[in-house]
Amino acid sequence: MIPLSHSLVLGAMLFAIGVVGIFLNRKNLIILLMAIELMLLAVNMNFIAFSHHMGDLAGQVFVFFILTVAAAESAIGLAILVALFRNLRSINVDDLGTLKG
Amino acid sequence: MTLSCIAAFAPLVGAILAGFLGWKLGRAFSHSVTILSVAISFAASAAAFWQVLHGASLNQEVYTWMAGDGWRLQVGFLVDRLTVTMMCVVTFVSLMVHVYTIGYMADDPGYQRFFSYISLFTFSMMMLVMANNFLQLFFGWEAVGLVSYLLIGFWFTRPTAIYANLKAFLVNRVGDFGFLLGIGFIFAAFGTLDYAPVFQRAAEFGATTIESLGGAHFLTVVCVCLFIGAMGKSAQFPLHVWLPDSMEGPTPISALIHAATMVTAGIFMVARMSPLFELSQAALSFVVIIGAITCFFMALIAITQYDIKRVVAYSTLSQLGYMTMALGAGAYSVAIFHLMTHAFFKAVLFLGAGSVIIAMHHEQDMRKMGGLWRYMPITYATVLIGALANAGIPPFAGFFSKDSIVEALHVSTTPGAHFAWILALAGIFVSGLYSFRLVFFAFHGKPRFEAGHEGHEGHEGHEVKGAEKKSHAAEEPHHEEMHGPPHETPWVVTLPLILLAIPSLVIGALTIQPMLYGGWFDGAIVRTETMEEMAKEFHGWWAMVVHAFTSLPLYLALGGVATAWYFFIFRPEAAGRMRERMKFFVNILDRKYGFDDFNDWFFAGGARKVGTGLWSWGDKTIIDGIMVNGTARLIGWFAGRARRMQTGYIYHYAFTMIFSVAALLAFFWAFLGKY
Repeated sequence: MIPLSHSLVLGAMLFAIGVVGIFLNRKNLIILLMAIELMLLAVNMNFIAFSHHMGDLAGQVFVFFILTVAAAESAIGLAILVALFRNLRSINVDDLGTLKG
Repeated sequence: MTLSCIAAFAPLVGAILAGFLGWKLGRAFSHSVTILSVAISFAASAAAFWQVLHGASLNQEVYTWMAGDGWRLQVGFLVDRLTVTMMCVVTFVSLMVHVYTIGYMADDPGYQRFFSYISLFTFSMMMLVMANNFLQLFFGWEAVGLVSYLLIGFWFTRPTAIYANLKAFLVNRVGDFGFLLGIGFIFAAFGTLDYAPVFQRAAEFGATTIESLGGAHFLTVVCVCLFIGAMGKSAQFPLHVWLPDSMEGPTPISALIHAATMVTAGIFMVARMSPLFELSQAALSFVVIIGAITCFFMALIAITQYDIKRVVAYSTLSQLGYMTMALGAGAYSVAIFHLMTHAFFKAVLFLGAGSVIIAMHHEQDMRKMGGLWRYMPITYATVLIGALANAGIPPFAGFFSKDSIVEALHVSTTPGAHFAWILALAGIFVSGLYSFRLVFFAFHGKPRFEAGHEGHEGHEGHEVKGAEKKSHAAEEPHHEEMHGPPHETPWVVTLPLILLAIPSLVIGALTIQPMLYGGWFDGAIVRTETMEEMAKEFHGWWAMVVHAFTSLPLYLALGGVATAWYFFIFRPEAAGRMRERMKFFVNILDRKYGFDDFNDWFFAGGARKVGTGLWSWGDKTIIDGIMVNGTARLIGWFAGRARRMQTGYIYHYAFTMIFSVAALLAFFWAFLGKY
């Protein structure tokens, strides 16, 4: 029986890796997307952990939904990425500073 | 009633016809219609005079203008003995001036406009003198002020005329402000603006004081306020500054408005308010002192002036000072008496000066005249009569009125009357001096006009001060065809002169008995102690003439005349030497005691500075700078700060989001409980 704390620590670590991935990565937009995905998974991990711990399946059902939506989201994200690349010939994060005030 | 309406409104009809139709119907139509209307007005006034002489009097409202809870404002006529006297004087002088204008303005392009204005003036003046309430008085007061403004600036292409009419308008506003305050006080206290109830109930307020003004005596405050109005209109020190400059207007209106009638409106008003003024010794004292200062010091300026019209203008100021002194001494009927005689002899002097100006081709500098008596005998004779009357030589009209004023000041119990008496005596000497300086300078001595008339360019630079500079040659209609020695003016000019000279000669002797001592003004003007005292001394006009030869004033006047003779006929070069020796005083007089400079510097300059200050500080800095642009700048500054947050780096946004979520959680955890 894996204790709840282990699962939560795993979730937190995954989340932290995602955050650090966003900050450290200055180059590649794809890595950025992956880091975001990782953070999402970390949240899912928490869902599952609590669901298991409390014996409530609703949490795991939620995770299914979230994963579905996340897949669609990634698809859209990658599509935007492709469109962006076609326009700018670059997916370098530092080059994408149009929003800078 | 009908008569009064005709007397008042006939000139208005004339003014409207000449003003609106004059351009179409021509010059002859304009002068005929206005002269006819004023003649009708004069005839109606004379008829009213006749009726009043036989005991009739009228105090009737014509039209209710406005009514409210417990108050009514109306147009109404009060025709009593004071009013008819004024009506006759005003319409008669106005009629003469209308006729005279035909000659004076003959070549002016603004002929019709001029006639329209002077008729409008006559109407306004009639409304003023015939008013039976303060509001209508104020209406007439402002209307004559307006016409005066229009006429001073009649030659509106001249900068000096524009300066002068603006000055007259502004200075009169100062006086009118006091006048309006006085009327406001009266309305607040009495709840009505009609003369009759106000005068009836005035005594009730004998002991009233105004707490908010430090316990000042109510009637004194009212009277001083009203008198400030009179100071503006009647050009009393220190609001006299506009009158000499008003000479920029055409001469006929200088005679009509700025000598005979309008400027005496203040005197008339105070006489009309005599029931109020009698109740305030302090106000009378103020009046007498202001009058004395004006009378003497303005007369002194007349001695140094070279412009023929300005000499007469300062003489008018001085004579107005005499009238004011008489009012202050409580001799209201003497003031009105002097007003009447002055209207005639001053109109003669002005119109005579105008006649000279016509003959000299619109040259006003007396240094370029001289010896004119040979060329224009009628003008000379009439001006001489005017000057004799002005100097107070018996038996001319001015003698009776002026001598009565001196006598009134002597017996008056008003504080300050004694001081005024001394200045009045000194003023008589100065009157004699400046009147005859004018006569000798312009009409006697060697003719100086040929030399002076060579070229207009030369005299441009010769003028002394910028404000007084007259470039008549440039703006006024030229009389090219008339060059040559001056000659007598046409009959339209000389006839009014003669008709005005006759009353200047006789009216004093004829009317002194009934007007001053015969109770003519009973019921219109309060009978005062001063008048009672004077009546004891009076034994008919002839006795007065005889008595004059044993008293000081006549010798002072003759002394003045003799001094003028010495300096301008006997030893002309002595005048220049005297001027040299008294340089300091002459300089002071030339600068008119610095009032113009002071007003230009302090009031006009100060107002400009305040205006510039308000504009640059209040408008540009506060409103534009801080409030309007300041708001925009503040937002801009704030936005400039805020834009730094928009780095454009996704990880910054992500970090902000994560950090904020963490902060929010921490907040909820720390402050909102156990979760």
